[in-house]
Amino acid sequence: MTFTAPVLEYALLAPMLIVLGGAIVGVLIEAFARSSVRASAQLFVSVTAIVMALAQLVRVRNQGSTTPAMATLTFDGAGVLLQGTVLIIALLSIFLISDQDNFTAAAAAVPGSQEEREAHQARVRTTEVFPLTLFAVAGMMLFPVASDLITLFVALEVLSLPLYLMAGLSRYRRMASQEAALKYFLLGAFSSAFFLFGAAFLYGYSSSLTFAGIQAAVTGGAGNDVFLLIGIAFVSVGLLFKVGAFPFHAWSPDVYQGSPTAITAFMAAATKVAAFGAILRIFYVSFANAQWQWRPSLVVIAIVTMIFGSLVAIAQKDVKRMLAYSSIAHAGFLLAGVIALSKPGLDATIFYLLAYGIATVGAFAIVTLIRDSAGEVTDLNRWSGLGKRSPIVAGTFAFFLLAFAGIPMTSGFIGKFSIFSAAYQTGSLAILIAGVLSSAIAAFFYIRVIVLMFFKDPVEDGTSVVIPSALTTITISLSAVVTLVLGIFPAPVINFIQTTAIFLR
Amino acid sequence: MSSLVTLGLLPLLGAIVVAVLPSNNVLRIKQAALASTILTGIFGLYIATQFVANETALQFVQKNQWIPSFSINFSVGVDGLALVLIVMSVVLTPIVVLAGWNESEGGRWSAKVFYILILVLETMMIGVFAATDVFLFYVIFEAMLIPVYFLIGGYGTGERAAAAVKFLLYSLFGGLLMLASIIGIYVVSSNAGYASFDITELAELHTIMSPTTQNLLFLGFFIAFAIKAPLWPLHTWLPDAAKAGTPGTSVLLLGVLDKVGTFGMIRFCITIFPDASKTFTPVIIVLSVISILYGAFLAIGARDLKRLIAYTSISHFGFITMGIFAMTTQGHSGAALYMFNHGFSTAALFIVGGWMISRRGSSTIADFGGLQRVTPVMAWMFFIAGMSSLALPGLSSFVSEFLVLVGTYTRYPVAAIIATFGIVLAALYILIPVQRALHGPTTPGNENLPDLNLREKIAIAPVVAVIVAFGFYPSPLLNIINPAAAHVIESAGFTDPAPTEIAGK
Repeated sequence: MTFTAPVLEYALLAPMLIVLGGAIVGVLIEAFARSSVRASAQLFVSVTAIVMALAQLVRVRNQGSTTPAMATLTFDGAGVLLQGTVLIIALLSIFLISDQDNFTAAAAAVPGSQEEREAHQARVRTTEVFPLTLFAVAGMMLFPVASDLITLFVALEVLSLPLYLMAGLSRYRRMASQEAALKYFLLGAFSSAFFLFGAAFLYGYSSSLTFAGIQAAVTGGAGNDVFLLIGIAFVSVGLLFKVGAFPFHAWSPDVYQGSPTAITAFMAAATKVAAFGAILRIFYVSFANAQWQWRPSLVVIAIVTMIFGSLVAIAQKDVKRMLAYSSIAHAGFLLAGVIALSKPGLDATIFYLLAYGIATVGAFAIVTLIRDSAGEVTDLNRWSGLGKRSPIVAGTFAFFLLAFAGIPMTSGFIGKFSIFSAAYQTGSLAILIAGVLSSAIAAFFYIRVIVLMFFKDPVEDGTSVVIPSALTTITISLSAVVTLVLGIFPAPVINFIQTTAIFLR
Repeated sequence: MSSLVTLGLLPLLGAIVVAVLPSNNVLRIKQAALASTILTGIFGLYIATQFVANETALQFVQKNQWIPSFSINFSVGVDGLALVLIVMSVVLTPIVVLAGWNESEGGRWSAKVFYILILVLETMMIGVFAATDVFLFYVIFEAMLIPVYFLIGGYGTGERAAAAVKFLLYSLFGGLLMLASIIGIYVVSSNAGYASFDITELAELHTIMSPTTQNLLFLGFFIAFAIKAPLWPLHTWLPDAAKAGTPGTSVLLLGVLDKVGTFGMIRFCITIFPDASKTFTPVIIVLSVISILYGAFLAIGARDLKRLIAYTSISHFGFITMGIFAMTTQGHSGAALYMFNHGFSTAALFIVGGWMISRRGSSTIADFGGLQRVTPVMAWMFFIAGMSSLALPGLSSFVSEFLVLVGTYTRYPVAAIIATFGIVLAALYILIPVQRALHGPTTPGNENLPDLNLREKIAIAPVVAVIVAFGFYPSPLLNIINPAAAHVIESAGFTDPAPTEIAGK
């Protein structure tokens, strides 16, 4: 038996390899560096890895290939854009994560135990969150370029496992954080199982694991359609779980609320990019010719997701839960781009992911600033009068909310316009109407928060706005500037996406 | 650069100047704001003198690419109607600033924020009338809600936050419906091979739209404008907003911003969807007549001065909408003239009413009485404003109301006759408060109210001058308006009904 060594195109894999390398260096730092230098060394390594990966990505952006690592990956324009978006969001999030006050000193200790107290008193500094983030980033970069089901599953696990851990790292409200981690892990494990189950059926249908092979089988139409349908359904469950679409959303409010806010920011923004990247690829490449089978149900899911997310968000009293439900609604909007199944739909979805991701990081970054002696204050009632206390912070938060609501002159508006016009162009009038209606509902709760911040008097209960660290300031201001610029001069970015975003088959 | 763009940038420049001035020097901030609005006003009048009256094509045109991927342009230009409204806006703004010299104090935020909001709003007011790209129009249409929202909620009185939210939610809901229609226009035009948002190109679009599509898209626009204008039964936000806002804000809200609704009906509804406009005309005429009478009855019953003025405006907007949808040149000219005159007569009522309220410390009509003896100048000014509002011959509103009724009668005699009762009711709703507030015995507490000071006299003088001058000699305005009105009617495919009675004799 002869063995042919796989041909690897290292230049195209380099962005992912760099991030993985950074993660491993991070693990070594955690093991060997003195605790006084650990945090800064970790930050340096993480930022360097992400920036280098981004630079390499820009360098190879035009070198499409369907065989960078045999047939397991496809490196193409859409992949470059999605990987780039993940990296940009990761960079912004790393700055937030570097604010160590929010992370527990001893993650492995039982909440409230003597061991934990001692660790806090001894001011132990553990920084495992940095390498974990980098591992997750690597998984997220792999996810949207994976082009066979096994690689896709591996990427899913690589990105999920670190996130499960990171959700449990919160310094305050340890129990809620651990609960979030456990919930996320259990439900995530279920959804992974669904995904695998579906993958098996797709293999049974097409006797191929690659997207191209499945596409060929779907186009040929020779296989057993029941297998195909079950396969699409269960693979979709696994993927829709990750983006938090109804009815697979149940984890997200608890996990968003329990996780350290910096992690929530990263998770909410970057996971969505990666997961939608994978959804786009598998639906656009493999399932496109079977659209009559899956499109109607996906339309229903999208509509229900939009309306459900917007309606339930109204009732929320916690800012992180509200943002979680709003992110469910946005998952519905993004699904509209998947359903469009067209080039404008692809462009619009990628633009929306970038715009939404950056605004999300910015919004959560501001949540980290509102604190009292027991950590962050996420009860909305205690945000009353924030505009009086700290007009700039409240104003920026209001601006992000307006971007989520899709008010003109924010990136959210351009995103909404392009994604709905793409959906309507391919005939989904229902999506357009549902989208507009749920945007109107959503406007209500975004504005409610603005009213609370600006038109209510402050409550004197020790809630205060901390002065952001330099890095947090960078994250917030960059996010705000990008949100504004993408709202007013989106043409360069849209053009770039339009010329770059293609799926190689 | 078109002089229109320069005009629009002037207030924005003023806003920047105000922003860099030190916050504690309130007088300097006010002077800077006043100076830049006066400068804008003068430049606006200069532009008006450069306008060629008999030209039906758009003038002062400028077109730059904005988002080429969606065929969105930054394009501006004016016809007679837009020019008149822009001139009205830039003349009213300095008057508002001067008349409400102390309005900015006692708000939630500093005087600086107040004037920045006013100046930014002025830029948007110019932009919204000048925009000839539907997308650009929409962006400004929605964005201008934000400064108004903060002006009402931050500087108003009473239930200001609730009123501001009600205003914003109503407007956003209408705006989102319009967004759906704009997406529809984009999709229809790009399916026809020329994606466009340009108002002159879109005028051809109706030839290829199916009646159903046209009706639906028309409704999206019309409902948004009917909320803005506001037409019964979508008016309920207006009295609250007008009562809560400062008098200056209310002048801008009712005098200028609500005109965007009626302006939009002409510019977008009738021009882009002439067939749908024809289909819906009977319904709209009925709603207009209801608005005229309903607004008038509520005004008669109003106990609060500001609410009274708001209700009179609902009645007046009924006249304007009726004139527009009568689809005759006289009706259109009358409606356009009415928009201009209503701007000034409402401004006069709100400004003088605002002075009365701030002197008395109450806005209940019953609290006034005998002002004619105590404060003769103020009482006379209120009287003239009231007479203008009831369209006394010799004052400017008379000409426009007459034209609207004549223009409507030729096509819808019944509606015109019923609407004429609105004039009788107008006499009631104006004369009752005039009698209660100005005449009769002096109500206790009013004996020592000061009369108008020099600043206030200077502020109100131009308003009264406009009301009287255009009452006697409206032809300079009509010369500008008539060609535009005739052009709209003609290009939408309507012809004026022949005066049959004369032909029969």
